Amino acid sequence: MRGVARTRWVAGAAVVLLALAACGGGASGSSGGRVLSSSWGDPQNPLEPSNTNEVQGGKVLDMIFRGLKRYDPKTGKAENMLAERIDTTDSRHFTITVKNGWKFSNGEPVTARSFVDAWNYGASLRNNQKNAYFFGYIQGYDKVHPETGTQTADTLSGLKVTGPRTFTVTLGQKFSTFPDTLGYAAFAPLPRTFFTHHSAWLDKPVGNGPYTIESYTKGSQMTLRRWAGYPGPDKARNDGVTLVVYTDNNTAYTDVLAGNLDLVDDIPASQLKNVRTDLGGRYINTPAGILQTLAFPFYDPKWNTSGAKKVRTGLSMAINREQITRTIFRGTRTPATDWTSPVLGTDGGYKPGLCGRACAYDPAAARKLVQEGGGIPGGRLSITYNADTGSHKQWVDAVCNSINNALGNDRVCVGNPVGTFADFRNQIGRHKMTGPFRAGWQMDYPLIQNFLQPLYYTGASSNDGKWSNRQFDHLVDRANAESDKNRAIRLFQQAEGVVRDNMAAIPLWYQNGSAGYTDRLHDVALNPFSVPVYDEIRVG
Amino acid sequence: MGRYVARRLLQMIPVFFGATLLIFLMVNVMGDPIAGLCGERACDTATAAQLRRQFGLDQPLWQQYTTYMGNVFTGDFGSAFNGQPVTQLMASAFPVTIRLTVVAILFEIVIGIALGVVSGLRRGRPVDTSVLVLTLVVISVPTFVTGLLLQLLLGVQWAWIKPSVSPEASFGELIVPGLVLASVSLAYVTRLTRTSLAENQRSDYLRTAVAKGLPRRRIVVRHLLRNSLIPVVTFIGTDIGALMGGAIVTERIFNIHGVGYQLYQGILRQNTQTVVGFVTVLVLVFLVANLLVDLLYAVLDPRIRYA
Amino acid sequence: MPEQPPPHEPERAVAGTGMGGAMDLGAREASTLEGAPGGPESTGPVALRSSAASGGRARSLWSDAWRDLRRNPVFLVSALVICFLVVIAIRPSLIAPGNPLTCDLARAQDGPAPGHPFGFDGQGCDVYTRTVHGARASVTVGVCATLGVALLGSVLGGLAGYFGGASDALLSRATDIFFAIPVVLGGLVLLSVVTSNTVWPVVGFIVLLGWPQIFRIARGSVIAAKQQDYVQAARALGASHSRILLRHIAPNAVAPVIVVATIALGTYIALEATLSYLGVGLKPPSVSWGIDISAASPYVRNAPHALLWPAGALAITVLAFIMLGDAVRDALDPRLR
Repeated sequence: MRGVARTRWVAGAAVVLLALAACGGGASGSSGGRVLSSSWGDPQNPLEPSNTNEVQGGKVLDMIFRGLKRYDPKTGKAENMLAERIDTTDSRHFTITVKNGWKFSNGEPVTARSFVDAWNYGASLRNNQKNAYFFGYIQGYDKVHPETGTQTADTLSGLKVTGPRTFTVTLGQKFSTFPDTLGYAAFAPLPRTFFTHHSAWLDKPVGNGPYTIESYTKGSQMTLRRWAGYPGPDKARNDGVTLVVYTDNNTAYTDVLAGNLDLVDDIPASQLKNVRTDLGGRYINTPAGILQTLAFPFYDPKWNTSGAKKVRTGLSMAINREQITRTIFRGTRTPATDWTSPVLGTDGGYKPGLCGRACAYDPAAARKLVQEGGGIPGGRLSITYNADTGSHKQWVDAVCNSINNALGNDRVCVGNPVGTFADFRNQIGRHKMTGPFRAGWQMDYPLIQNFLQPLYYTGASSNDGKWSNRQFDHLVDRANAESDKNRAIRLFQQAEGVVRDNMAAIPLWYQNGSAGYTDRLHDVALNPFSVPVYDEIRVG
Repeated sequence: MGRYVARRLLQMIPVFFGATLLIFLMVNVMGDPIAGLCGERACDTATAAQLRRQFGLDQPLWQQYTTYMGNVFTGDFGSAFNGQPVTQLMASAFPVTIRLTVVAILFEIVIGIALGVVSGLRRGRPVDTSVLVLTLVVISVPTFVTGLLLQLLLGVQWAWIKPSVSPEASFGELIVPGLVLASVSLAYVTRLTRTSLAENQRSDYLRTAVAKGLPRRRIVVRHLLRNSLIPVVTFIGTDIGALMGGAIVTERIFNIHGVGYQLYQGILRQNTQTVVGFVTVLVLVFLVANLLVDLLYAVLDPRIRYA
Repeated sequence: MPEQPPPHEPERAVAGTGMGGAMDLGAREASTLEGAPGGPESTGPVALRSSAASGGRARSLWSDAWRDLRRNPVFLVSALVICFLVVIAIRPSLIAPGNPLTCDLARAQDGPAPGHPFGFDGQGCDVYTRTVHGARASVTVGVCATLGVALLGSVLGGLAGYFGGASDALLSRATDIFFAIPVVLGGLVLLSVVTSNTVWPVVGFIVLLGWPQIFRIARGSVIAAKQQDYVQAARALGASHSRILLRHIAPNAVAPVIVVATIALGTYIALEATLSYLGVGLKPPSVSWGIDISAASPYVRNAPHALLWPAGALAITVLAFIMLGDAVRDALDPRLR
């Protein structure tokens, strides 16, 4: 009896070992051909264009959709894509003509109605779209998306289909650069099947971009194939892209080193020191439209005094941006000297040095300013950040050390990690902040307006510190109404000057996009949104 | 015996309700998940209210719990915030995690007990000291570092394995992750085996066995080891749950989309339905594991009996 | 460890185990119902012997252990290391006069330099100073949490294992529920409401979530130990429960608890870092080994020294306690006399 049992055990163990060995040999590689694999993060929301508010979902939308405008991957300039013409005489009434010959990948032609229906869907409160406020400029938004209560209209009164390929847009107020915002994913057209077979569409979205989705396994990977019938000029130069979900970009990086993955579009900070030796020239580091700042709680009376203004400026001068970007970020961040981003270009409103001395490291002056301003409110500065996403602890600790060294007190500034992003956002939303907090801004579209109005305009959607300044609001209003682009930009820059004079937020650094790739790939580039320009990548 | 098992199975019912209620309350105490869902830019109040309504968060807590439990009994575990049903998440996460856990437990049993026996039989000799040093390394160097270095060495330098595990996650791919996951538990198993063995070596029945002239191999395996395994089995039993639900670091390093990852994400995003769903299944695993451990006591030591 | 010459004893245990392995549970059930194999016939002599032994030396079991310990070099070395740790935990400036919060980013990840024997970490802080100053928080968390877990777990586990029945069922099912709480969730919920600046909330949290493990270990050991002949004999002789538990079962069941506790000590020190990372552990600007180890971990390719020293300190601490545990266990083992 005993012997039998033992044989059984031995046999069982042998089977297990054999199974292990068999599986070891059978691990399948990534697909062949001119298909590349690229790192991805699991989108947090269903992949509806007007519901995608983070970069990972945006990555897919950028491959399967083309809108009226597209931002040039190199210059960031908004250029007509599906739009034949966008006409206006008063910066408030626009007539849009859609190009002929565009189709969705299921064969349905893209018409004016594809846009109007999509926008109405995005704006309507009942659809819970997180980017609904993008349609807030259009007349009738308050009816389909009231602040409280139920909606009294289903469609935006400011949208009218006037022909198979033409429609008109009426805005609630003048907004001269409105056409340039139309490259944002939320403004993409949608096929009828989106409305008629919604859940099937969500499982496998259909769009009008250079790629089509072949398969999508939520949480692990998405296979995209080149769409041969794509009518646009930016046809894919590879046969397809496999997006592989990684929970840690360090793993993706290691996979690239091993040749198990072709492209990682976010190099972990801890590997930046090795990236040149690991990958040689197969590493890119290009500016992206992302600005990191420290925001302040202006709802806290202690931070809303004229003395606190000096303290904020002093703190800004106590941060050795140059050293932190060099040591911690290894050049993937650039010290900020204004409140926009280099990707706008100087004729788009980026003005290096606008911050002036207030952003230059000067410990002596910093100490003096903080003292003049009555010291740090509450005697202690805690910089709040969320611990669960990104490695914020590192730079927050470095900023605090820099401030502590400048002020000559090793306990003035401490990091204050909050466990979850949700809790962090909750505390911000409930006005619980007592000191500066992490604020990152990734542009929606490359316009100076996008770096200022949503963040500092009274009551704006991302004005988390509740800063309010009548002069700033007035200048922004004037800039939006100004139909001459250069004059509008100058007005925005004047408004930015108001932000500087009050140090409404301390600009820290401009963030770059970084990527590494295997030697199978050529022509790899990142667009100003730090997303790889997949259609241009050549494989082999 | 049969009645004992039946009684234990009945005891699962209150534990099941207690655990789900506790976890439900804990996730809810964490606060409002909507703010996190909206991202860096706060949703407008109307959308936020609408989302709350959609996820049933506007209802009183007890009602949320009863609705949820009612759904659970019809097999509906709700859905994650990206619209994916929790049952679908579980269906993709649990098979992978179970495989990973099996590999880790095998390592614990095979390597852990083997090292424990070797060091227990040769106490104070170089082998024993080496095992001790290994134990210390495993305890003081974080799993993260061990995993990272193994990944670089085996995956990149020597190209023996792929650095990450494919979505299919076959057993072969899980050998290295399983070893990393098991490493700290290995330390426990080794030390427990060693100590138990050393204790029982001095026991009377062993001396008898030696005196009787039984072969050494037989003495060690049939008499010494078997009587030394109770603490080891207990430990492994408690470890199953920890390995299944807490493999967050290992799963991250090797890009395994398993239970640890889903649970962690669910907690960070404060998705009650994901967290309670996964924990519910884990609780059942603990209960079964502990029952098996208790039954194993009787196998290992016949004097122990259950009625 | 010198082995004692084996006195010849009846071989009931051999007989017992001889029947074991090959049987399935059904057969096992049958055999237990018929009476444990080899049970009654051998209980007598062993029990008499061991009962007589412990009866004769009853008063001196723990003092005997202490006398043994004082002569044990392993114990002396570990005690010395632990004393040293306690001293630097209380007065770190004795050997590291620097300030652990003074950091110069310009020297980040640099190797050893004059006056900075261990080099610098990722923020340009002196690794030596931080390692010495980190002892206080880490040793406090490790030792106190381990003591708490071991006491709570072994007392409850011992009682549950000894008495069995309803109290066992109740306590065991309670541990099942505690096991179900994911550490991250528990930490975020329970510790985020605490505003205290000390290590005690962290210690309390670890005890709360850690005791079920020791509970299970202790319960298992006690269940095994209470079947031993000398325990049966002591019971037959009318010894009280507390006497049986403390004099007969505890010394024989304590070994696995000591083993698990000494290793857990190391993992608790690391767990503190996980909690701190989540923003619910020690409040900044605390210094601890765990925090430094977790901060240095991602950079192990570039600056292994920043990881090595705090991890080494943690390893030495764990080693000291493992050695101490071994020595205490040997001293408590009646079979070694």
